[in-house]
Amino acid sequence: MLIAILTISAMAGIFGLILGYAAIRFKVEGNPIVDQIDSLLPQTQCGQCTYPGCRPYAEAIANGEAPINQCPPGGQATVVLLADLLDVEVLELNAEHGDHNEVPLVAFIQEQTCIGCTLCIQACPVDAILGSAKHMHTIITDECTGCELCLPPCPVDCIDMIPIKQTIDDWKWSLPGDSTASTEPSRELGKEPAHGH
Amino acid sequence: MDIKLSHFNGGIHLDDHKAESLTQPLQIASLPDQLILPLKQHIGEPNKPLVDVGDRVLRGQLIAGSSSPISSPIHAPTSGVVSAIEPHLVPHTSGQSADCIVIDVDGKDESIEFESIDVSQMQAADMIDHIRHLGIVGLGGASFPTSPKLSRGNDLGIHTLIINGVECEPYITCDDSLMQNQADDIIRGIGYLQRMLKPTKTLIGVEDNKPKAIEAMNLALQSHAHSESHSQALINTEVVSIPTLYPSGGEKQLIQILTGNEIPTGRLAFDIGIFCQNVGTCAAITQALELNQPLMSRIVTVSGDGVRKPGNWIVRLGTPIKHLIGLAGGYVQGDLNKPSLNMHGLNMHGFNMHDNVQQHLVMGGPMMGFSLSSDEVPIVKGSNNILVMQQQLIAQTPGIHDECVRCGKCAEVCPAQLLPQQLYWHSRSKEYEKVEEYNLFDCIECGCCSAVCPSQIPLVQYYRASKSEIRATQQATFKSDRARIRFEFREKRLLLKKQQEEEKRRLKREALLKKSAAKKEASDAVDAVQAALDRVKEKNGEKVIEPKNITGLTADQQKQIDVADARRRAAREQKA
Amino acid sequence: MTSVIVSSPYVNPSNSLRRLMINVIIGLIPGTLAYVWFFGPGILVNISISILFALGFEAFILRLRKKRIKPHLTDYSAVVTAWLFALCLPTHSPWWLIVVGIGFAMIAGKHLYGGLGLNPFNPAMVGYVVVLISFPREMTTWHLPISISGEAYGLVDSLKFAFAIGDSSWDAFTAATPLDHVKTALRQDVPISEIYQAPLFGKLGGIGWEWISAGWLIGGLWLLITKTIRWHIPAALLGSLGSIALAFYLVDTETATSPLFHWLSGGVMLGAFFIATDPVTAATTNHGRIYYGILIGLLVYLIRSWGGYPDGVAFAVLLANMCVPLIDYYTQPKVYGAK
Repeated sequence: MLIAILTISAMAGIFGLILGYAAIRFKVEGNPIVDQIDSLLPQTQCGQCTYPGCRPYAEAIANGEAPINQCPPGGQATVVLLADLLDVEVLELNAEHGDHNEVPLVAFIQEQTCIGCTLCIQACPVDAILGSAKHMHTIITDECTGCELCLPPCPVDCIDMIPIKQTIDDWKWSLPGDSTASTEPSRELGKEPAHGH
Repeated sequence: MDIKLSHFNGGIHLDDHKAESLTQPLQIASLPDQLILPLKQHIGEPNKPLVDVGDRVLRGQLIAGSSSPISSPIHAPTSGVVSAIEPHLVPHTSGQSADCIVIDVDGKDESIEFESIDVSQMQAADMIDHIRHLGIVGLGGASFPTSPKLSRGNDLGIHTLIINGVECEPYITCDDSLMQNQADDIIRGIGYLQRMLKPTKTLIGVEDNKPKAIEAMNLALQSHAHSESHSQALINTEVVSIPTLYPSGGEKQLIQILTGNEIPTGRLAFDIGIFCQNVGTCAAITQALELNQPLMSRIVTVSGDGVRKPGNWIVRLGTPIKHLIGLAGGYVQGDLNKPSLNMHGLNMHGFNMHDNVQQHLVMGGPMMGFSLSSDEVPIVKGSNNILVMQQQLIAQTPGIHDECVRCGKCAEVCPAQLLPQQLYWHSRSKEYEKVEEYNLFDCIECGCCSAVCPSQIPLVQYYRASKSEIRATQQATFKSDRARIRFEFREKRLLLKKQQEEEKRRLKREALLKKSAAKKEASDAVDAVQAALDRVKEKNGEKVIEPKNITGLTADQQKQIDVADARRRAAREQKA
Repeated sequence: MTSVIVSSPYVNPSNSLRRLMINVIIGLIPGTLAYVWFFGPGILVNISISILFALGFEAFILRLRKKRIKPHLTDYSAVVTAWLFALCLPTHSPWWLIVVGIGFAMIAGKHLYGGLGLNPFNPAMVGYVVVLISFPREMTTWHLPISISGEAYGLVDSLKFAFAIGDSSWDAFTAATPLDHVKTALRQDVPISEIYQAPLFGKLGGIGWEWISAGWLIGGLWLLITKTIRWHIPAALLGSLGSIALAFYLVDTETATSPLFHWLSGGVMLGAFFIATDPVTAATTNHGRIYYGILIGLLVYLIRSWGGYPDGVAFAVLLANMCVPLIDYYTQPKVYGAK
């Protein structure tokens, strides 16, 4: 009896030491979790999550203060990625914070209406609007994240959100089964993957 | 020089169908009524138009360009009037439109004066610059601008120059035809490449199914060696006949065959001291350096069982394909009024094709080319072949194929030694990390795997879809990273501004305090005034404000008022 | 206009599943004919019942899975599975045995895993092993070759046996297979030379069996010529089985049978060319195929010599099937340009 207890204790001790050593020896030097979360967020800096930018939201998630489903620009895909990273349950995107646009949008200033008030320039989180007082403003389309933060301050409502036009440079191949014209019986039934018969 | 040829993995033997388009001699295509010149005909930055609608342009005139080094300008291929600068269908897989300059051809074919230049006096850098300004791109199909490639090769140092005359895809014979008819131009172009790159040896690879081309090239090589007119003879140059096997003409495969070397993953040929150039590009370089003429035309093959008289034509860039097919005797089966309906807009319910629409237009070869949605698209710098196929040649029906039975035939033929099957499984389930792990980006999209698959799985399409999805994700990440940097920069800037303002305010306050302290010392009178003012203030503070609505209060309300009054008093005392 | 853009290559397919399956069926013919020659037409009854029910089960499951039935039935993969399964059974198996086996093969072995291309185990072997374990008596009631028993059954007799019509007591004509006989005798320390005196044995293997195996070999060569299969698996399988058998045979010819006997008896030839080479369940890389073949060869020898069953091809194939993902993972070819 005593021998058994001693043996088991000794084994526990040895394995404990091994585990402890392994934890030090094979320590994973990962990014701090905030950086990892931040890198998954779309960086629109739109504030729809109620935090003043993506990084603050990332910090809030890391601290367990915010749920992962408050980012409409990232959409459900981002929720899934965050759930995967944090090993938590996948949530539905919270509609209270806004809807996800499948087609990315950019702001566009109607230049004949713009009065040059610079309010939008101050609102833009990524400095994507060019212009100065009493001069017409314009959007640097490549830098615009489509956050819509410039819309409310505009006194003359001259900013529109327009979808980014797809060009031949960003055209994408689709998987053979993904085409809209495919009317395979199995697809219609919605049960089977598109590739079988 | 004795060349020991190596092998690449796999590859397939195909019916080459080359004889059809070689039955007629090389011809010069007539001018169409309109030339449509896409602003971007190369890999790299797009051009900006340098002419306006209504301008008259002459042959050889620069009409579009860009300041980016990875770009290639466009010159008017003939004289005429610019009638539009607008989106037009371009030869692209997507079947979409892009900005084009449209020239209404006047038929006079007047040209600008091409200043004569003396190439024998030019330095390598000058030659490369010249090649850039004359719009030369790789004519083998990829259309990468030649000059940046040359200057990079020049910087890195090249030991082997490989000239690609393999043309391994079925049907295509434009390089064959070029080698048979303009071998001298190619050889002289190789001479210029050697002056620019200074390789120790040059190998011209030609598949052994083109004996006439090999003969013509050897002849030109010999006559060049004997000719006195060229100060510099070709160094260590040889025409190498290689066995016919698809895809020997792929750059990586040709390098492997001729040198036994593999280009390391993610690197380019010049990283290992090898420079590969297509025969067509060599001829274009000769034209640019000797005649000072820009790239305005190229040889295009029109072939396939859907066209009456297949052949090769020297075609002005911008010529609509329709015109070219007209020159080739037209379609076998009537007009292509609804082109390739079987590919685009097809009715999938049992594949009911239109009875009269039986044709499928492809630009490039059948293995790596792409379907065209219309015959209105123009010939561009990279167009080597127009294939018109009758419907029965089209194997794949979109979305429907048998299951993979893991037979492994795809892996056996893969020249990149990939595992097409694993790539397929992971592409299909959209596991992009896995796909990259299995080296998807080493896939050259040669189509061998699709061609041998017993289940007729359109494997290449799976890979292309995965590739474009991964690229899109990379772009999105790039963009979000930029947004993050800009956001963080802005935050920093705002913070700095705030700090600066605070600092300024602090300094101002300090200055004021100092000033007031100085004043205090200076005058006691001020104190007296201050005391008076304080007294007034105190008096005001004590002043009882006449309360309103105090008649008819309940006891409760009166009590609340008393409590409030007491609080106020207490506060005032505390303040004092 | 909905646009479906199809990627190159635009070439006629050089190959099809149906073509592969038809090649396999053609390859099965010589061996099957030899079988009929030595054992009568009973095996044809087996095969017919098996194919009929295989197609029936396949159609039934496809219907349940809401898949298109005709293209799947006409790829003939079910026919090949059924044929191979039937060849594993004793000549005059009762009909219900065949139905249970092929049913299990098609439903559990094939479709529960997702159908053709997705099943990790060879369906024919799954079906065979199930009936072998469940019905040991029926599965060991083999008939003697006609030349020994002198009883040449006609087609009608075979049908009677299959459906147990009339007098179906045929114990009198049955015996162990040569492999079984060797195994039992060796356990009783009978030397090989003595064992071979039994009428069951011919020059190289069992009477009849040696020629049937030769038939599978001819069919296998046909598969190699038509590039339906590659040489790696059969060569590795026969090579490893032959080597280990030779090693033991050289040590003592009285306790170990010759490599030729191993090759030409039981299901080795059929297994090497037709069963182990089933692309769905075999290793797919060329190196992997060699390891896979070697593994099966070794397992066959192991089971035959020291296992509980006289022949071990089915178990060996199934065990090797299990190792396939591992083999494939570790035998990936070097990618072009990789260091």
